[in-house]
Amino acid sequence: MKKQKLNNLITISGTAVLCVVMATLMSVGALDRSNMLKGMLVLIGIHIIWALSLNLTVGVLGELSLGHAGFMCVGAIFGGTVSQIIQYNAADCPGWIRLIIALVCSGIMAAIFGILIGIPVMRLHGDYLAIVTLGFGEIMKSLANNIFLTIDKNGLHFGFTNPPANVDEASAKQILKGSIGMQAPQDTNIWWVVVLLMITLIVMMTFINSKSGRACMAVRDNYIAAQSVGINVTKFRLMAFTISAGIAGVGGALYAHSVPMIAFSKFDYNFSILILVFVVLGGLGSMRGSIIATIILYVLPEMLRKVNQNLANARMLIYAIILIALMLWKNAPFFIGLREKLSAKFKRNKENADITSGGAEV
Amino acid sequence: MAMLEIKDLEVYYGAINALKGISFDVEPGEIIALIGANGAGKTTTLHTISGLIPAKRGSVMFNGVELTKTPAHKIVSMGMAHVPEGRRVFAQLSVLENLTLGAFTRKNKAEINETLERVYERFPRLKERRTQLAGTLSGGEQQMLAMGRALMSKPSIVLMDEPSMGLSPLYVNEIFDIIQEINKSGTTVLLVEQNAKKALSIANRAYVLETGSISLSGDAKELMDNDEVKKAYLGE
Repeated sequence: MKKQKLNNLITISGTAVLCVVMATLMSVGALDRSNMLKGMLVLIGIHIIWALSLNLTVGVLGELSLGHAGFMCVGAIFGGTVSQIIQYNAADCPGWIRLIIALVCSGIMAAIFGILIGIPVMRLHGDYLAIVTLGFGEIMKSLANNIFLTIDKNGLHFGFTNPPANVDEASAKQILKGSIGMQAPQDTNIWWVVVLLMITLIVMMTFINSKSGRACMAVRDNYIAAQSVGINVTKFRLMAFTISAGIAGVGGALYAHSVPMIAFSKFDYNFSILILVFVVLGGLGSMRGSIIATIILYVLPEMLRKVNQNLANARMLIYAIILIALMLWKNAPFFIGLREKLSAKFKRNKENADITSGGAEV
Repeated sequence: MAMLEIKDLEVYYGAINALKGISFDVEPGEIIALIGANGAGKTTTLHTISGLIPAKRGSVMFNGVELTKTPAHKIVSMGMAHVPEGRRVFAQLSVLENLTLGAFTRKNKAEINETLERVYERFPRLKERRTQLAGTLSGGEQQMLAMGRALMSKPSIVLMDEPSMGLSPLYVNEIFDIIQEINKSGTTVLLVEQNAKKALSIANRAYVLETGSISLSGDAKELMDNDEVKKAYLGE
């Protein structure tokens, strides 16, 4: 128990130090020469938030969700819409107030979607659950790509055609532009990302080490045994799923306010898988692993592009090969055996060293 | 009044009739054995009693409360613990966390710690290994952990599903000794076993299940001398 607490403390403080150092470097302009890193820091932070939230569903709850991008999409839509409405109605409202309202709204909306999807989904397991979440993600993306929302002096106009009917052209401002996407005000900076990342991490750690978190892990390890000790399985699964969705939504809103233009087609199946890969390679249930894996796997393709221009075309291929190699190393029986042999050898060497040093003392 | 009274219980898996209207009862302080071959419906019976599988017809009365309409997670706090078949421990959690989860329905921390000490007294090996992950324990130790976890809810009755399955003869003897100890300290035991000889030797009464219905019942010692039981389950 003590060791676990220490471990958590290391993760939290390590992440905090890393975040603050990078953010400070960026704020004082030390990274101005490296445009690549500067542009990537905010995005890496947001991807870490997404990976952490997905780790709650996949790692702690043990359910494969293939529609995580759907919740990010919900968060991005609602967050971006709210801040644009505020921008239209109260142009002198400071950006940070606008952003906080948008983040809270998006978190709540994504959590509500989490509950709505969760109620039917939590009756399922494994493959079935994965398929339903996949469907949800695709539906959200398609819906987002076809919604048009315009605001004018009479209020909001919603429709599936552009522009929606009865819009007062003179005072109109488009909020959601279907497949073109959305232009939310760029209210964020690196510090917002750092703060939200730390909040996410602390929420996750606290949840995992709480009674509810242990109940979720018990459900993951053994469904029947969890029921037999009196855990309300549906309740705790729904709880973890909802928290995971809510945080993904906050991340989505943060993303919408970080980029000049967001197209909802980004939140497709491949994007869900990308985040899933971060989580799986970082280690299911390991928050520290998710953070490290996200940083490495996000930077790696960019590095490959920089090293050699020819690699630019092949980088996704190399990226895939590295992923497959890592998966094999982790899971293939041959490599598991090899790893055990290596660690046994290492241990023996250490023991031998202990014996010889002990002998020398005598 | 019997502590646990099962009446005309019928259970279906889809179209398959797994239990064809069984009735039996358990008095407080007894060890009751349910014996039978593979597929006779022993595990189904336990799962239905503890609410993991819905019953189609019939009733399960526990201290005067109907259990077939009670959700599984509420049954534990009524004083019934279930040790599932096949050492279902929480493999990626530590021994201590497994035991703590056994007391999930209880609130009073001091009382929980007291029970924990008592479980450690009964299973000293669990205390030695309390920080170890449950999945790394040996088969016998996992069975002990599953039993210890069930005791953490301070039950008045424990349902045990094949506690001796897949264990070495040495462990089998130890597990049955522990079941007797648990019973002596005042907990009623409903035991499901394929190892009929062992089960009958510690039980007060027993029921023989055969393809979903009870074919024989009575005093455990008498059943041991019954020719049919001898031939079918004791291999004599």
